[in-house]
Amino acid sequence: MSTIPIEGPIETPWKLPHRGTVGMACLILAEAAIFIIFVVAYIFYIGKSLSGPTPAQVLELPIFGTICLLSSSITVHFAVSALRKENLRNCTINLAATVLLGSIFLLTTAREWYHLIHDEGLTIQTNLFGTTYYSLVGLHATHVVVGLIMLSIAFALSLEGLVKEEHAEKLEVLSLYWHFVDAVWVVVFLVVYVLGK
Amino acid sequence: MTPTPVMEAIDETLEPQRGQPPLSVIYEWVTTVDHKKIGLMYIAYALIFLLIGGIEAMLIRIQLWIPNNHFVSPQVFNQLFTMHGTTMVFFVGMPILFGFGNYLVPLMIGARDMAFPRLNAFSFWISAFAGLLLYFSYFGASGLYAAGSAPDVGWFAYAPLTAKVFSPGHSTDYWTLAVFLSGVGSIGTALNIVTTTLCMRCKGMTMNRMPLLVWLYLVMSCLVFVAVSPLTAAQIMLTLDRYVGAHFFDTQAGGSAVLWMHFFWIFGHPEVYVLVLPAFAFVNEIVPVFSRKAIFGYPAMVAASVGIGFISLSVWAHHMFTVGMGAAGNTFFVFATMVISVPTGIKIFNWLATIWGGKVIFAVPMMFCVAFLFQFLIAGLTGIMLSAAPFDWQLSASYFVVAHFHYVLVGSILFAIFAAFYYWYPKVTGRMMSDTLGKWHFWLFLIGFHLTFDFMHVPGMLGMPRRIYTYEAGRGWEMWNLIVGIGAIFQAIGLLCFVYNLFWSYFQGKEAGHDPWDAWTLEWATPSPPPAYNFAIEPTVNSRRPLWDLKHPEDPDSDYEG
Repeated sequence: MSTIPIEGPIETPWKLPHRGTVGMACLILAEAAIFIIFVVAYIFYIGKSLSGPTPAQVLELPIFGTICLLSSSITVHFAVSALRKENLRNCTINLAATVLLGSIFLLTTAREWYHLIHDEGLTIQTNLFGTTYYSLVGLHATHVVVGLIMLSIAFALSLEGLVKEEHAEKLEVLSLYWHFVDAVWVVVFLVVYVLGK
Repeated sequence: MTPTPVMEAIDETLEPQRGQPPLSVIYEWVTTVDHKKIGLMYIAYALIFLLIGGIEAMLIRIQLWIPNNHFVSPQVFNQLFTMHGTTMVFFVGMPILFGFGNYLVPLMIGARDMAFPRLNAFSFWISAFAGLLLYFSYFGASGLYAAGSAPDVGWFAYAPLTAKVFSPGHSTDYWTLAVFLSGVGSIGTALNIVTTTLCMRCKGMTMNRMPLLVWLYLVMSCLVFVAVSPLTAAQIMLTLDRYVGAHFFDTQAGGSAVLWMHFFWIFGHPEVYVLVLPAFAFVNEIVPVFSRKAIFGYPAMVAASVGIGFISLSVWAHHMFTVGMGAAGNTFFVFATMVISVPTGIKIFNWLATIWGGKVIFAVPMMFCVAFLFQFLIAGLTGIMLSAAPFDWQLSASYFVVAHFHYVLVGSILFAIFAAFYYWYPKVTGRMMSDTLGKWHFWLFLIGFHLTFDFMHVPGMLGMPRRIYTYEAGRGWEMWNLIVGIGAIFQAIGLLCFVYNLFWSYFQGKEAGHDPWDAWTLEWATPSPPPAYNFAIEPTVNSRRPLWDLKHPEDPDSDYEG
């Protein structure tokens, strides 16, 4: 194979970003836009319901669930860094903790919904608060469920001993998604439980 | 010292296999993850919908041909303009542009495929399914109420017309689901294009050396994330309203119809730029090649494109001046809209400066590009007129607006797409498109376009509202509508010439060889059609025009680019 040498400046080594990270960043951007629309609708309709119940009457701060979800961001970060250091056992334990904490969060949401529907009689049809509350929190919960499914698969694979150091990049992409879901919860918490009350 | 492989090495490839049994060919296309095949399927599917949408437009024009016409019923007329708009935006514009992007972006950056080939196939098939779903509404939308057939709520589907009470049956649901799924497919492909551009470039292809087409597709794809997602969110809300009794757009329960307008146009206006940026991209590649000059003002072009991307996010409510947003809101959107003509103006001047002093060759792709330049300018000028709120109060929702946005969508985008077909057809098939038929297509379509859309401005100024299914005689609209209808016939014949040309040239066209236009970007270094793996060895580039460097080693571009 012949080549034509061309004079040029000394090139730095050719390094491009990891495609998983970029792809996930794009997905997060698109998802963020979807959430922004739901948040805007929520804020727009604060105090515009024609009938009760109002957020101040029925909503309680979900402190415990919030602490669990935010902690799961830390454990998933530990799982990734453990995998980078080839500490597979630590990675598995942290993945298990992440799945557990995420599930506890989901349970607290389920309990809250049960309370609102069963005791307070608030459904998506009741008023604008119900409409915007269930769709925003429900959209977030859907993302938690998707994340939990993927984290559970990662956990199951690591129990089988199939997760190796070379998968650290992939686990990090998953952890990015999970951090995003947590960040969205911070916004939802502030809008629904602080601003909206 | 960076070694650049010579052209023969880059395209050292096997002969493509021919004469496979039809079933295995179909199997190959359905299961393919090759970016070129997926790109071609996108384009083919968009062309089919282009013909369907065109037939709908013809039926609309026949209905408006003479006053008091009863060619179709009002109900059918509403369905026709809804289906025409939805089809042309979501199932012609988006897929055809994504098809070209799919085909060209990896080739131009010296990659062997997209970053996520299977996601690519998924995005295509979900979009194709969405198109079928929209048209299945003609058979399946009756529902229990036996009301409805195709959706008839207009392509922007304002609330509360979309509420269950006013739109019973399932026609609106088919519209919602089709648009939702097409949005999912668009976001998937956009994600793929961004990732491919950032992560798959060949050695030496820095951001500063990427062909402008790739830059524009990058900006367009980023815009898709922030523009199409709000529509996806709004469709979820509409579905919740219709199926579980939520009240987002239900005015009876305190919901707001204006909120839907905002959400729709937060998508709707950037969408115009999502469609027009790839059209700019084609012109950016074609004009320099046929002017025999490098593009004028590469950095300014990139900056203008990124600028358009950002500004386009802050102009949506110029569709809503008649809603009554108040003086502050109106003023903001008037200025934001006027500001966007600055970067687009920069682009027009750069194209003119590229042509200026060049050895211009008026081949068919260049003819379409020159027509694009004129027509895009006029579309921009009527756009500036409409961006002034008081002017818009007079002419909003009139045929003037219809004429304006068809100048953008047909006069600019479709003309650029035709240019792209004539330019890249030899690469895709290995044969040139017929020049004679191409010129017939160009002139017929040009005359038809101007008869239709130049004269369509006039009934708008005379007060003819859009979307009326017929009109009385004696209002002074008859002659204008007649001319508009005659233009539509010219356009239809021109379009048929084009479709015939596509087929005829595939079998009878002149052999094209690798590089029929003596062009400078990497796709012309591969054989026509390119093999599945694109490049036998990975190319290395040293400038924005790698093939110029290969053809002129004594005077490479890399000596001049900083």
